[in-house]
Amino acid sequence: MTVSQTSFGSHEPVLDVQDLTVKYIGDSRSTTAVDRVSFSIGTGEVFGLAGESGCGKSTIANSIMRLLKDPAKIAAGSISFGGRDVLAMSPEELRRFRWQDVAMVFQSAMNSLNPVLTIGEQIVDIFTTHAGLSRKESLRRAGELLELVRIDPARLKSYPHQLSGGMRQRAVIAMAVALKPSLLILDEPTTALDVVVQQEIMAQIKELQRELGFSVLFITHDMSLMVELSHRMAVMYGGRIVETARAHDVYADPRHPYTQALMGAFPPLTGPRVPLSGLPDGVKFRNIPDLAEVAPGHLVAPFGAGDLSIAHGTQATDDEDAALEGAIR
Amino acid sequence: MATAILQQSGTTPGKTPAAKPKTKPNRSFVHGLATNKKALVGMAVMAVFIGLALLAPVLFPGDPSRITAMASLEPDADHWLGTTAKGQDVLALTVHGARSSLLVGLTVGFASTFIGILVGLASAYFGRFIDEALSLVTNVFLLLPGLPLLVILAAFLPPGLGTVILVLIITGWAGSARVLRSQALSIRSKDFVAAAVVSGERAGRIMFREILPNMASIVMGTLLACVVYGIGAQAGLEFLGLGDVSTVSWGNNLFWAGNEGALLTGSWWVFVPSGVCIALVAFALALINYAVDEVTNPRLRKIKTPRPATAETLAPIERSAAK
Amino acid sequence: MRFILRRLGFYLIAFWASITLNFLLPRFMPGDPVSRMFARSQDRMQPEQIEALRKLLGVDDRPIWEQYVDYMHNIFTGQMGVSISRFPTPVTEVISAQIGWTLLLGGTALVIAAVVGNLLGILAAWRRGGAIDSALPPVLVFIGSFPYFWLAMGALYLFGVVLGWFPIRHAFTDGLEPGFTWEFIGDVGAHLVLPALTIVLVSIGGWMLGMRNTMIATNSEDYITMAEAKGLRPGRIMLRYAARNAMLPSVTSFGMGLGFVVGGALLTEVVFAYPGVGYQLLNAVQGLDYPLMQGLFLTITAAVLLANFLVDILYVRLDPRVRSN
Repeated sequence: MTVSQTSFGSHEPVLDVQDLTVKYIGDSRSTTAVDRVSFSIGTGEVFGLAGESGCGKSTIANSIMRLLKDPAKIAAGSISFGGRDVLAMSPEELRRFRWQDVAMVFQSAMNSLNPVLTIGEQIVDIFTTHAGLSRKESLRRAGELLELVRIDPARLKSYPHQLSGGMRQRAVIAMAVALKPSLLILDEPTTALDVVVQQEIMAQIKELQRELGFSVLFITHDMSLMVELSHRMAVMYGGRIVETARAHDVYADPRHPYTQALMGAFPPLTGPRVPLSGLPDGVKFRNIPDLAEVAPGHLVAPFGAGDLSIAHGTQATDDEDAALEGAIR
Repeated sequence: MATAILQQSGTTPGKTPAAKPKTKPNRSFVHGLATNKKALVGMAVMAVFIGLALLAPVLFPGDPSRITAMASLEPDADHWLGTTAKGQDVLALTVHGARSSLLVGLTVGFASTFIGILVGLASAYFGRFIDEALSLVTNVFLLLPGLPLLVILAAFLPPGLGTVILVLIITGWAGSARVLRSQALSIRSKDFVAAAVVSGERAGRIMFREILPNMASIVMGTLLACVVYGIGAQAGLEFLGLGDVSTVSWGNNLFWAGNEGALLTGSWWVFVPSGVCIALVAFALALINYAVDEVTNPRLRKIKTPRPATAETLAPIERSAAK
Repeated sequence: MRFILRRLGFYLIAFWASITLNFLLPRFMPGDPVSRMFARSQDRMQPEQIEALRKLLGVDDRPIWEQYVDYMHNIFTGQMGVSISRFPTPVTEVISAQIGWTLLLGGTALVIAAVVGNLLGILAAWRRGGAIDSALPPVLVFIGSFPYFWLAMGALYLFGVVLGWFPIRHAFTDGLEPGFTWEFIGDVGAHLVLPALTIVLVSIGGWMLGMRNTMIATNSEDYITMAEAKGLRPGRIMLRYAARNAMLPSVTSFGMGLGFVVGGALLTEVVFAYPGVGYQLLNAVQGLDYPLMQGLFLTITAAVLLANFLVDILYVRLDPRVRSN
């Protein structure tokens, strides 16, 4: 498979994922959640991964940190980070690699914080484990981190349930940048938050990224947010990447019908009101082929009318046919 | 394999929010039980004991507690499990004992579960004051130490099998009510129940036709636990001499074994069989109970030995299938 | 604080309910067990003792509410009548002389079973499908299927009668002078082994499986994944993140489990003729000693409720979410 290595930052990729395939091994049959996915992220680059829920985005994020739990298994492919093979790491290497090289902000801040430990304790154990700092020194650093994300250091003594949703997510972001990792994975970091807090959090992340210069793998289903923040992006469908290019190219000139549908499903943050269009009910893509380059750095999975199908059981009315035509256009 | 489609099917939300998840889970539930090793072993053991209990009058006709031989004989060809200090045949006592023990266990189990269902459903469906009141009563009964309560109840009631059963139900229903209430509460909050309420269905119908069928596996688990409780508690009560001393049951056999000093004279064959029978029945029911848990909660299922899922074995199949 | 007060109120209601049950039972039960008791032992008693017992057990012509007020007053001033089987010792004296042994036996067994059982559960859940996880649960469930008293009989027969490793009855050797001497403490310890072992064996499986199952549920929580992502050491994740959260429901069920363990301890005492309240309970049953039965019921209930209250206080220390609500 040919994926252009053009990246925004340097030409040396921080993360390089090749042909990654993840399967959920069931009792009687297996499901492929991620299917031969390849991409790379350069130093200081923000790479977006878009797609509907269940398309395999989060599975990719968990694969990179090797956090997959049974029954999910990496069945094929390679993940290399700064030239090191992540899949070949020993448990101890892996433990050091986690958080020091790659950190992650999970979807729901409430659930990703331990409810019975204070915020302070949860930051301190990062420093004591990875940097070997004393408790006292760790606490001082933890206070600084909270200040960095504009939380009163007095909150170190608070338990997660005593903070607001936005504060909790900011605390998690503070934890994520504690060891100045070179890659930060953001797995739908603002899903559970209201719009105002969402904007604050995104601004915070942008600011930190400018300041600390880490690369970002940004996962969301919110296309407008993604185009705003990412340098390059990929669109996923059913475990496969269907299109990848610079974010503005995808935004201005989406080629794959699924990308077009996804673009049509979210209102732009600014500009005039436009009617929303999405993928018609029951429309599915089958057997998505490998990507092909359609413009410099712009790759799309080839598609034809035969790749589209209507899910069995729904009646294909004239309306839907019309919508289909529109989608294929 | 059409990988693109597989992901989709699980994520599409149900078209009708009021769809009842009723028939399909039940069928796979029965199938799951029928293929679960624990369940099969448990059911086989239970079948043997129920068979023995039913056939006892045929296998050992007459009164099992009559004196048929010399006292305290070791097991031999005539008396497979030896005789008691009185000269009764231990095997006959054990087989006949199954009748009373299983009868009491099953009666107590079904009755306690039935009360538990009524209280749990009423608590969950009506909520507010009724829930508060019923929960308070349930929790008080759960907290009172079972055996001392059993003892004072049994001591003041006229002795007899009916008393034993009644007393065991009084002390046994609260546990099942608590479990069933919390399950019923979670089903009560589902959309299809709300839809039934809005569409004006009667309370009884909603409780028994909408909520109850969806808690089948929990009800079953509760029932099994209650039967185990019934058998064990009956034995404990009888061992203290508070049962109906005239009936032949496993607990009474142990009571007499203790009374006649079987332990100190070394007649192990007098007290071992009844105890092992109680344990086997309780273990068999526990096995079925765990199987029910495993079938309904896949997280508890034993993890299969992970197959070596390397790129060599899996990737080629995938590639060819995707073409 | 509100949580603690609410629980306290609940325990008071539960205690009130058990006193009332005690009051009602002899008054509304069919048959007349009380007269049976008097018929057996009347000749030994003084007239005023008979009178007091009659009132206590409801052979009384006064209106029922008057009896009830009187009864409550008696209970709270510690007047539970005289024991019939240990005549003429007052019930409270019989109980206070024995309860220490039950606390020793029950407490030792409970702590060992809960600590070891929970640790095994943590390890089993952490290494799913490992040696502990696959071998122990079936064995422990099978052992747990035996009635307490039967296992006690088996242990007594095997280790006491046949092998002669441990003493088989009473709490210490007859004739030994009780006191804080090494000889006495060692003797008490030896007498404790078999009864405590029985209770531990029967109850440990429940602790282990309960902990294992909540641990498995906890292990799929996001904060465990986050802790792994943070690159923390496995031991720390297991104890400070997974077990620390999984023990919360375990603490709650401790209170519920207590009632069962107490019942089992009582039966175990009977088998080993261990001089605790359980053995007294048997004597009371055999001697138709209703005042003692009732006194034992109330005392044991009070002890269980108190233990539950202590567990609640511990729970508040362990779960910060309850503290602030």
